[in-house]
Amino acid sequence: MSVNKNLKILIVDDFATMRKVIRNLLKQGGFENVVEAEDGLAALKILKSQQVDFIISDWNMPNMSGLELLKAVRGDDELKALPFLMVTAEALKDNVVAAVKAGVSNYIVKPFTAEVLNEKIEKIVKSLAA
Amino acid sequence: MDVRFINPFLNGTVQVLKTMAFVEPKAGKPFLKKDSLARGDISGIIGLTGSARGSLALSFSESSILKIVSNMLGEEIKTLNGDIKDAVGEITNMVSGAARKELETLGFNITAAIPTVVAGKDHSISHVLGGPSIIIPFETPQGPFVVDICIGNIVGQ
Repeated sequence: MSVNKNLKILIVDDFATMRKVIRNLLKQGGFENVVEAEDGLAALKILKSQQVDFIISDWNMPNMSGLELLKAVRGDDELKALPFLMVTAEALKDNVVAAVKAGVSNYIVKPFTAEVLNEKIEKIVKSLAA
Repeated sequence: MDVRFINPFLNGTVQVLKTMAFVEPKAGKPFLKKDSLARGDISGIIGLTGSARGSLALSFSESSILKIVSNMLGEEIKTLNGDIKDAVGEITNMVSGAARKELETLGFNITAAIPTVVAGKDHSISHVLGGPSIIIPFETPQGPFVVDICIGNIVGQ
């Protein structure tokens, strides 16, 4: 089964450059339908105002962290089923456990290649469709 | 400073630049730095706490960072603009994360703050512990950069 490349993907990262890097990596995998937010609060506004199919979020952000965003999404009846990929430089065990407990779909540790990112997305989408 | 800290930061730096920017830097011999002068045109600095306390800085020459960020973004950047500053912060964050992951396997649980970026000729690095620091020099085809680490006594050891 092939994954729909027209998925609308929300990239959440406080670093504009990192959002550009992720956008660039997604493009290499054929995903070009992308929206961006600079933190968890901005992401929630987007999620409440338009349909998004997939969330890729950084962990460390001011205002609302990736983990807080994940908890907010999983606690919202309309959003709770959304696939959520956590992108983080924090590969520490405690963080991974906290993200899994909060319901993360998968996580990816920076630095990563386009191939790894796109494989993670496809794996999550296929597991939801199965 | 505990010499066991050097390799994780060295390895993390190579891993991050190789993966995200397709640049394979060559490490030189580490040396002690007693002053606060940055050995580069732009630096990312991040505080570290936990089983050890201190800070990590990455200081890049203009020529090296222009190439690194151009490769990361897939577009040529010719001046030290906002994208470059943003990227230096993110690279510092990623190197810190990769190094802390390796340090975790050695039994050190270290957390990091949010990185700050300073630019300009002859800018200074304000390490959390004041100094001195260990410099790991690196060379890339486009120019040099350094990893500048100052980490103090290991808490509980």
